[in-house]
Amino acid sequence: MNLLWLIPALPFFGGLLLVIFGSRFTKGISGAIGAGSVGLAALITLIVGYDFLSSGQDFYRHVAWNWFSVGDLSTSFAFYLDRLSLVFIFVITFVGFLIHIYSIGFMAHDEGFTRFFAYLNLFVCSMLILVLSDNLILLYLGWEGVGLCSYLLIGFWYEEEKNGYAARKAFITTRVGDTAMAAGLFILFWTLGTLNIQEILTKAPEVWAAGSAMVVLVGFLLLGGAVGKSAQLPLQTWLPDAMAGPSPVSALIHAATMVTAGVYLIARMHVIYELAPLAQLWVGIIGAVTLLIAGCSALTQFDLKRVLAYSTISQIGYMFLALGVGAWSAAIFHFMIHAFFKALLFLAAGAVIEALHHEHDMFKMGGLRKKMPAVFWTFLIGAGSLAALPFITAGFYSKDQILWYAFAGEKGNVWFFLAAIVGAFVTAIYTFRMVFVTFFGTEKTHISHPPGKLMTWPLLILAVLSLFGGFIELPHTLGHVTVFSDLLSPVLPETLLREGTESSEWGVQIAAMILGLFGVYLAYLFFIRKPQMTDELQSATRELHQFWYRGWDFDALYNVLFVRPFVFISTINKNDVIDKFYTMLVDLSTFFNKLFAQTQSGILRWYVMGIVGGAILIITITLITKT
Amino acid sequence: MNIIPFESGLMLAGILFMLGLISVLIRRNIIFMLISVEVMLNAAGLAFIVAGSRWAQPDGQVMFIFILTMAAAEVSVGLALILQIYHQLKTLDTDAANKMKG
Amino acid sequence: MIFYIASAVAIFSTIMVITRYNMIHALLYLVVSFLAVSIVFYVLGAPFMAALEIIVYAGAIVVLIIFVIMMLNLKQESVEQERKWFTKNIWIGPGILSVILLGELIYIIASDPQTIVMGAQAVDAKNVGMSLYGPYIIGVELSGLLLMAGIVGAYHLGRQKKKVVHRFLKTAEE
Repeated sequence: MNLLWLIPALPFFGGLLLVIFGSRFTKGISGAIGAGSVGLAALITLIVGYDFLSSGQDFYRHVAWNWFSVGDLSTSFAFYLDRLSLVFIFVITFVGFLIHIYSIGFMAHDEGFTRFFAYLNLFVCSMLILVLSDNLILLYLGWEGVGLCSYLLIGFWYEEEKNGYAARKAFITTRVGDTAMAAGLFILFWTLGTLNIQEILTKAPEVWAAGSAMVVLVGFLLLGGAVGKSAQLPLQTWLPDAMAGPSPVSALIHAATMVTAGVYLIARMHVIYELAPLAQLWVGIIGAVTLLIAGCSALTQFDLKRVLAYSTISQIGYMFLALGVGAWSAAIFHFMIHAFFKALLFLAAGAVIEALHHEHDMFKMGGLRKKMPAVFWTFLIGAGSLAALPFITAGFYSKDQILWYAFAGEKGNVWFFLAAIVGAFVTAIYTFRMVFVTFFGTEKTHISHPPGKLMTWPLLILAVLSLFGGFIELPHTLGHVTVFSDLLSPVLPETLLREGTESSEWGVQIAAMILGLFGVYLAYLFFIRKPQMTDELQSATRELHQFWYRGWDFDALYNVLFVRPFVFISTINKNDVIDKFYTMLVDLSTFFNKLFAQTQSGILRWYVMGIVGGAILIITITLITKT
Repeated sequence: MNIIPFESGLMLAGILFMLGLISVLIRRNIIFMLISVEVMLNAAGLAFIVAGSRWAQPDGQVMFIFILTMAAAEVSVGLALILQIYHQLKTLDTDAANKMKG
Repeated sequence: MIFYIASAVAIFSTIMVITRYNMIHALLYLVVSFLAVSIVFYVLGAPFMAALEIIVYAGAIVVLIIFVIMMLNLKQESVEQERKWFTKNIWIGPGILSVILLGELIYIIASDPQTIVMGAQAVDAKNVGMSLYGPYIIGVELSGLLLMAGIVGAYHLGRQKKKVVHRFLKTAEE
């Protein structure tokens, strides 16, 4: 479709305009260009989506130009739209547009206003290229692009050193994953001869037998890349520190879009994972372990945004778990709903932090329920969706689907199910802990100014989506609406169930509901009714509390494993052994210079002696050669 | 009476030249160096006269006149420079004028 | 005969020149050396050169040096300085070099003995003059240029500008 290329191009040109001419624009114009380009892209997404769905075709392919041809590899800048990427671009452009509007209000007093919007636009463009790309190299371009923009945006307030540190940590950690992914791409090209995604998906079953070593290796390498970008185990350490960036950045990049790039990659390459059951199993294992670890860490944090960061890691763990048991469309559904409510939560948290003059500590807030009602209600709706409150929130339906498939799916087993349900319980606790501590109780910090309209309207829209977005996919027991999975069925394979489990769907749902509500009650008990119980519990489990607070000490582990040896080696090599070879040349010539400079003594008689010596030499040589 | 072997004349010039050379190399005083240079020039001129007399042509003597002229000019300029050196360095030691060292 | 006597005198007085401590003594010995060389010139059949040697070399150049020495107003300490600088070891290096050079020179001269005699015919001033203003006219012109350069150079270099010390610096000195 001719308009397809406009979707990534519009934000790109917006960003380019802001980069080149930004210093001359007023804040109003910069905001208009920044938000407007993404808004236009959202509009075009609607048009293209409607056109695509009504035409009944399976995909659109639009080749923009031929990028490069080297040997056997011919790569083009080609965009490929099918239903999976349609879902993704819908979420990216819409949520992105709402966040842009919010940012106009949030960053209104910041000096780097234009720079912010330029980076945001470039980010949206890279993400769109990532999901729309036709081949893996263009996808890698988008992959790296979002990594770069993430670095730029995390360290946006670069004058503070710790922000730059967090940005570097994010970049380097994801880089480790990117290298694994690049190795995967190399092997794919080497064995299959192409990097076009659709060709890979058709050729792979022909070339590789199911379970062969090569395809498992490729699966693991691609998983490595996904783990880096999506902040799963073992590369999850960068996301909590990335909260040093502004709240809109955390909402867009680290909740809704970039961290879901890994989910997209695995879903896209589902054929590879179906051929490599071991890799798929590990996707599930990583998802399950991560969601438990992050959930426990979220219980102990007191920075509002850090709770949300760990919550993001945990929810993406759910998506990975879904992919691991083969519930492909369930994972994408959860991605969409999660984008809505997590962006909402981050934006609302940003509004709270901004109103309280950059106070991040939850326990210093309180009593905001009456003072900021709009923020309170939208935050409550988002939190409810996160904790999967039954029936009314969208999160209930998406998370419930994952729980069901973890139990009953063909590749599901009881361990996955247990991990998921305990995770749901923990999620409910920490989510409502967050709500109760921040909004209830006595007011400890006063509001300096309430958030403006530009910041509240996106919150309202996202709240509506968090409430009603789930109704497009209802489980068997509640009406069996399958709009979403029908949408994705041409692209993603259907999830098969184990035999004999269909009847237990009710049981699973009831168990999940009860645990969720019990978690909310526990949070209420601990934080509103009897706060002294929290102090007693905390002092009783002090060691564990600190361990979970530090993110299960992964930072310390990596410090010992990688940072210290590297620093040690570079301290030893401070004089740079290899450089010595080149400095040796310099030293040699300096040495000879000093040696020969001594013949210039400045004494006249010395020079005359030199002349005489030279004369003798010449005459002797002449005499000798003559005879 | 006037029979002089050719080699003796040249050897005389050579010996005088050597003596002047030794003196230039030994002396530290500038004026002595100048005097030694005069000795060397004189010896060179003697060599020319000897050569001219060998062929009984005036060319050697012409060369000697040129040498003489040059020596005169050189001495005057050299003495002017010596005056400057004495004025700047307050000494006639050549080793004191070693700013071109290194 | 006269040639050998005169050359012996010349060599002896040159040795005297290079071993004196007092400058004036050395110069006087130098004059003697020049006189001896002048006699050699005459014997070799170049009377005009002999005269010119005495007039210009001994009479002008040496006198010029003597004037400058007197102008420098050196005291007894310069003699003492010379005595101090003149050690026995100083002769070694230059001595060896010069002996080597002399040896080579004598070798070259003696390696081709020719039975030529000189002094049979005197080349007098007229021949020299005609040769000068004939083929060697350019040399005459250049010598004129050289002498003028020498005069101007000597005048300019010999000038001594009084060093003017700024009054602030002067008070710092005193």
